[in-house]
Amino acid sequence: MTATVPAPAARKGTGRRAFDKKAVVPWLFLAPGLLLALVFKFWPMAKGIWLSFLDVRPFLGDKWIGLENYSRVLTDHRFQDAIGHTLILGIGQSVGAILLGFALALLLEGQARSLKFLRTAVFLPAVTATAVVGELWRLMYYPTSDGLLNSGLHFFGLGTVQFLDNPDIALYSTMVMGIWIWAPYNMVIFLAGLAGVDRSLYEAAAMDGVSLWQRLRYVTLPAIRPALMIVLTLATIRGLRVFTEVYVLTGGGPAGSTDVWMTRAYTLGFTRNDIGGASAASVVLLCVTLLLTVLVNNLRKRGEAR
Amino acid sequence: MSAPVIDPVRPAAPDTPAGRTTPAQRTTPARFDTALGWNDRPGLAWALRILLCLIALVVFAAPFLTIFSGAFTTNPSGSSLSFLPHDSTLLNFRVAGERGIWDYLGNSLVIAGGGLLLQLVVCTLAAYALARHRFRGQALIMMLFMMTLMLPEEVIAIPLSLVLGDVPVVHLDLKGTVWGVILPLGAWGFSVMMLTEFMRDIPAEIEEAARLDGVGELRMLWQIILPLCKPALGVAGVLGFIMIWDQYLLPLIASKDPTDYTVTVALSILRTDPEVGSGVVLAGAVIALIPSLIVYLLLQRSLVTGIAAGATKG
Repeated sequence: MTATVPAPAARKGTGRRAFDKKAVVPWLFLAPGLLLALVFKFWPMAKGIWLSFLDVRPFLGDKWIGLENYSRVLTDHRFQDAIGHTLILGIGQSVGAILLGFALALLLEGQARSLKFLRTAVFLPAVTATAVVGELWRLMYYPTSDGLLNSGLHFFGLGTVQFLDNPDIALYSTMVMGIWIWAPYNMVIFLAGLAGVDRSLYEAAAMDGVSLWQRLRYVTLPAIRPALMIVLTLATIRGLRVFTEVYVLTGGGPAGSTDVWMTRAYTLGFTRNDIGGASAASVVLLCVTLLLTVLVNNLRKRGEAR
Repeated sequence: MSAPVIDPVRPAAPDTPAGRTTPAQRTTPARFDTALGWNDRPGLAWALRILLCLIALVVFAAPFLTIFSGAFTTNPSGSSLSFLPHDSTLLNFRVAGERGIWDYLGNSLVIAGGGLLLQLVVCTLAAYALARHRFRGQALIMMLFMMTLMLPEEVIAIPLSLVLGDVPVVHLDLKGTVWGVILPLGAWGFSVMMLTEFMRDIPAEIEEAARLDGVGELRMLWQIILPLCKPALGVAGVLGFIMIWDQYLLPLIASKDPTDYTVTVALSILRTDPEVGSGVVLAGAVIALIPSLIVYLLLQRSLVTGIAAGATKG
């Protein structure tokens, strides 16, 4: 790494002196990061995979039980319910936040100072800690007739809704909060995508006399496809591992009606002390997350190749 | 003023303009400026847009006013909740203070400050090696850092809590200390990748000239590379802060007893305390909200740049 940029051939030549001083330097810079990642990310991951095959018994010693934890977790009806809740919440929240985020981006696109102010205000939910948002929404969902949302419903002549205490509604109440958090976040990504659209295309479209809908469909949408794919990837991953939103708003209740995969695993591991079962549940989630990430990435590559 | 395009997710598309259209491009009429062709002239579409903007403002920003108004109201119940306080009082904050909210805030600030400092140092060092050096296994290391993004605390929570109780090799118990939260936050794949992308774009000539002057590695990073990376460091800093402040599960599993909680986690203590009303919980929420609000309002340009470049919240 001296003054001349080493050509591939020159690199091959130095490869034999792998232990010269220059070769050590990058590793010194990498050491802290690699060490922390190893101890607090990869080692726990490996340990989690290992524990998922064990019956963890404090003081008695762990016992190898093969796939028993997995079969126990996957046949547990509360986990099966949790899969359904996770999918409903994840898909509903992602689709809702993408649509609303796109609508917000279209609405608030522009140079005016007032629009910049609006964007700053609308983006607030995305930077607020989830725990604070949870408290905020508990308040809005206040179950008596004078609660914020309920008094709004009264204004339109509707009855009082038990947003968080009714098992049929609680999951959708959680979903609405999730959309509220993530729509502004998606808006920013879409705004960056919209800024990249060639303005002359809009002008050309106007000259050809196309309708607004056609302009959106054939000019804007193709141009923001990369942004859309990013949003989709992020939404998929975080939809599956949703925990804090549910934990702070409902804690999985009432009657397990909002229990998602991770709150279930958390209860199993920390409340019931079933380390093996909880690890198996986490490993399942990890595998599905990895699989989906690879899948979405492949779709993205195929989209870009076209 | 704006930071250059930093785009760790889509390196294949470097030609995407960074943000707004530049003034030079603005030769077309305003109605070609936006996808929907919004017009500045008063009319039906103009009125509709104003109406929709107001709705967006009420839906996304006004709820924050209720937190503030509730926190300054003596005994807010559902009925007295509104966007403006009925009577202003600091009583809720005093009660929250008696419940230890300032200690929790102290925990949070120590963790956010220490965590952010560690994260920036660790990620900058790693990015420097990845961007300005060539070595064997480079692609593999890059992939490892990317993988840390796929291993969020949620997925490894159970084994991580065991590791925090007994760190391998050195056998330290980090539970109940701020290190239990700070250390796992150190290696953040997003920061590493973003800083690496940014440092790669610094021309080699600058580095070569300094090398001829006999500048060593550390001075090279500190005096030559880092000053050129200020925009990227700003993005990494503000996103890192928001990410650390949002942590919930990690402080929860790293604590030994509730006095170790961060202010965001401690909100649940206030909420389940039968002796305090919702006003006190809201006072706690205000205290938990303000630091991230300050950071956001001061550094929002960096934040928006970073997120637009494909950041992740957590």
